[in-house]
Amino acid sequence: MSVFAEAIRWILDPANWRGAEVPGIAVRLQEHLLYSGLGVGIACAIAIPVGLSIGHTRRGEFLAVSVANLGRAIPSFAILSIVFQVMLDYWPKIAFGLGPTVIAMILLAIPPILTNTYVGVQQVDRDTVEAARGMGMTGGQVLRRLEVPLAAPLMMTGIRTAAVQVLATATLAALIGGGGLGRFIVDGFAQGDDVLVVAGAILVALLAIVAELVFGGLARLARPRLASAVAPA
Amino acid sequence: MTGVAHLVRLAAEPLIRWDWIGDHLDEIKARGLEHLQLTVLTLVIGFAISFPLALLAHRHRQIYAPLTWVTGILYTIPSLALFVALLPITGLSITTALIGLVSYTLLIFIRNTVAGLDGVPEDAKEAARGMGYTPRQILWRVEVPLAMPVIVAGVRIAAVTTVGLVTITALIGLGGFGHFILRGLREFFSTLTLLGAVLSVALAVAADAALLGVEWWLTPWARTRRTDRATQSQRRPTKETMG
Repeated sequence: MSVFAEAIRWILDPANWRGAEVPGIAVRLQEHLLYSGLGVGIACAIAIPVGLSIGHTRRGEFLAVSVANLGRAIPSFAILSIVFQVMLDYWPKIAFGLGPTVIAMILLAIPPILTNTYVGVQQVDRDTVEAARGMGMTGGQVLRRLEVPLAAPLMMTGIRTAAVQVLATATLAALIGGGGLGRFIVDGFAQGDDVLVVAGAILVALLAIVAELVFGGLARLARPRLASAVAPA
Repeated sequence: MTGVAHLVRLAAEPLIRWDWIGDHLDEIKARGLEHLQLTVLTLVIGFAISFPLALLAHRHRQIYAPLTWVTGILYTIPSLALFVALLPITGLSITTALIGLVSYTLLIFIRNTVAGLDGVPEDAKEAARGMGYTPRQILWRVEVPLAMPVIVAGVRIAAVTTVGLVTITALIGLGGFGHFILRGLREFFSTLTLLGAVLSVALAVAADAALLGVEWWLTPWARTRRTDRATQSQRRPTKETMG
């Protein structure tokens, strides 16, 4: 138990946030957020348009389900390791950390965002869509004014799931010589320093829980006024 | 991870050395068994803990929210962090791996079991009650069997997730096929990394297919209905909303 107490004391010491000869918590946190933010951001840029188009046209559903299932089956650890080894060959400058981590995080984040986007659009009541078309709305207008707002809560849930998973998994960047909060875990492990290991674990866990709460709050904001029309997420 | 020598060696080497695989079939088999063992133990223990809790939450609604809250936090804690945080307590052992792995399955099992039980049509229960079934008989003969597709959907998600997470236990000396991924990474030997990745994905796909077979076997009444497949594929993605 004293290891946990010491780890908490280590985290609360401002000197460890600044760091000295080795980067401190502040730097590692920034790296962690950079990997995660890039990963989720790029995943959104890919998965949301594709998901909207699948949901709107109702075509390519099979593809989306397959991508989601495959994405779950491939361990992030495997993606990270493979991309790292390939990048060492072709792009060694960003192979240690940033490149492979961001790519692995994109692949991890796409399935939940993609699935929730297209399911969210598909769940929009068909009668409502018909009514909108009857009022003379074009396909694009139906998408923008009806389907996207009504799908927003479920899309937010997808982004939240993705973000929490990514923040948790970005820890693995340290295994391929990258930064992030995983650094404390891997370094502590290598040096046999239990306190450092546990401190790193606590920091990552806290970050994931904070992200869960923040996105939970954002999801409530994304709930449109006509939310009663949408199945609870 | 120092350098140039490794890079040169890497460039000189083919992506996959099939002869290495041929020479190490025994080791591959042993790691496969380890992977399977960790996965099966995790699912069995996870289900044994979750199922009674889910039944309880189904009967006493007020405990469902706190239950998902607690298991939700467990689900949120990063696997690597959980494994290493347990090290000072349980050491480099299978216990450490199992505690971590099981704690990720709880939320998935509980959510799906409760959702499955909630989805049982009131009419079916009413009919059973009319036939003189006791509440216990209704639970075991009507509710649980009818909830089976959703429960199995949860087991499938948990199985695929667990197969992936087992690879990370390589860091605490286990790992199944993950052992090859980690060793390939440390020795800059891409054959091992690819081997571990491909076998792990294959195991996940095989586990998923096997559980689909279990579902087919457990729900004989659903076999003739083609439409079930369609509703199944629509139902599954929404499970992504958990977390």
